[in-house]
Amino acid sequence: MAGIKLHGNALSTAASRVLAALYEKEVEFELVPIDMIAGEHKKESFLALNPFGQVPAFEDGDLQLFESRAITQYIAREYASKGTPLIFPDSKKMAILSVWAEVEAHTFDPPASKLKDELAMKPFLGLATDFAVVEEFEAKLGKILDVYETRLGQSKYLGGDCFSLADLHHLPIIHYLMRTQAKKLFECRPNVSAWVADITARPAWKKVVAMRAY
Amino acid sequence: MATSVKVYGPPISTAVSRVLACLHEKEVPYQLIPVNMAKGEHKKPEYLKIQPFGQVPAFEDEGFALFESRSICRYICEKYAKQGNKGLYGENPLAKASIDQWLEAESHSFSPPSSVLVFQLAFAPRMKLKQDQGAIRQNEEKLKKVLDVYEETLRESRFLAGDDFTLADLSHLPNTHYLVNSSDMGELFTERDNVGRWWSEISSRESWQKVVEMQKPA
Repeated sequence: MAGIKLHGNALSTAASRVLAALYEKEVEFELVPIDMIAGEHKKESFLALNPFGQVPAFEDGDLQLFESRAITQYIAREYASKGTPLIFPDSKKMAILSVWAEVEAHTFDPPASKLKDELAMKPFLGLATDFAVVEEFEAKLGKILDVYETRLGQSKYLGGDCFSLADLHHLPIIHYLMRTQAKKLFECRPNVSAWVADITARPAWKKVVAMRAY
Repeated sequence: MATSVKVYGPPISTAVSRVLACLHEKEVPYQLIPVNMAKGEHKKPEYLKIQPFGQVPAFEDEGFALFESRSICRYICEKYAKQGNKGLYGENPLAKASIDQWLEAESHSFSPPSSVLVFQLAFAPRMKLKQDQGAIRQNEEKLKKVLDVYEETLRESRFLAGDDFTLADLSHLPNTHYLVNSSDMGELFTERDNVGRWWSEISSRESWQKVVEMQKPA
């Protein structure tokens, strides 16, 4: 096997998304650390792998990819017969999975990322949290989680009856938010809360968490 | 063939037009069902059943319902793989991975700043809303950086994911059309040689020209 390489580090939400998929699929890989504080992701050698200068970048033999959600889809398809199934062979089930993967990307991630920045990243960097922004985005995320609450009342996981990429893609940001005041948004909704407890307890995700410094 | 495919929403919506372009490329007949957003039809219970976030488009095929334009496009490409533009979503796993990569780049790098600009420059004036000059400036700068990356990518290949037109290019049509035709941001595209060449080529496709016709006031 020519070998899978993931360029990035476990503190990056996008790189963590790919790490989660790699552990779920039980495929071997090499993690090539990228020192973002030293600006390594903006240097020529990295830009050759991701012209947008963002982590992660990914290699599998001659194939080079960027964008974490494209990488996870590739891993799920290419290694379909290994580890946990993360996609569905049935085209209708796959389409529904895809709907909720898009919801994560377009609807959930923007406000959730904003809250992560205010409540987790700013304190880490020694900057002041803007609580007006926090209030605004907690309200937005709350409305979105109301839709999730209904969905998870009808379906065990977001994408269908089984854990899939649609759920996995949420893990990195939820991991951050559950360690901040925003956790109340998840805890006060029973179906959402049960789902969060379930997906964050998965052994593959615990392996990713163990790679972080905190 | 009976038109079992239904698309809900107005053609002027960028997300709706993304799905329409894809249906045209795949030569799939469909019914377009109007949703009167001015009257809040998209927030009513009957609509929320098919799109719980109250956005357009919604989509049905033989009673199977979906939302999120890019998911709908992928589903159309998979289900109707053997008709119309067969390579639209790639004909092998490596091609598909490359297309997915650029669809994600469109979603995460291109769409956020370009959507703000489309709203501020093309829709806000029509809706008699005050423009946010700060947001316009900030997102113009972001979009320029993204288009610099596209300029280099399109120097090496004719389209984003390779030498054939794919779903990745198609996904850019709706926002770019408004910026080039309804705002003064068009130069961002036309003054970059490779991006300009690419835009010219993708926007002149028949599938997109049909959408443009549908967007004109009746």
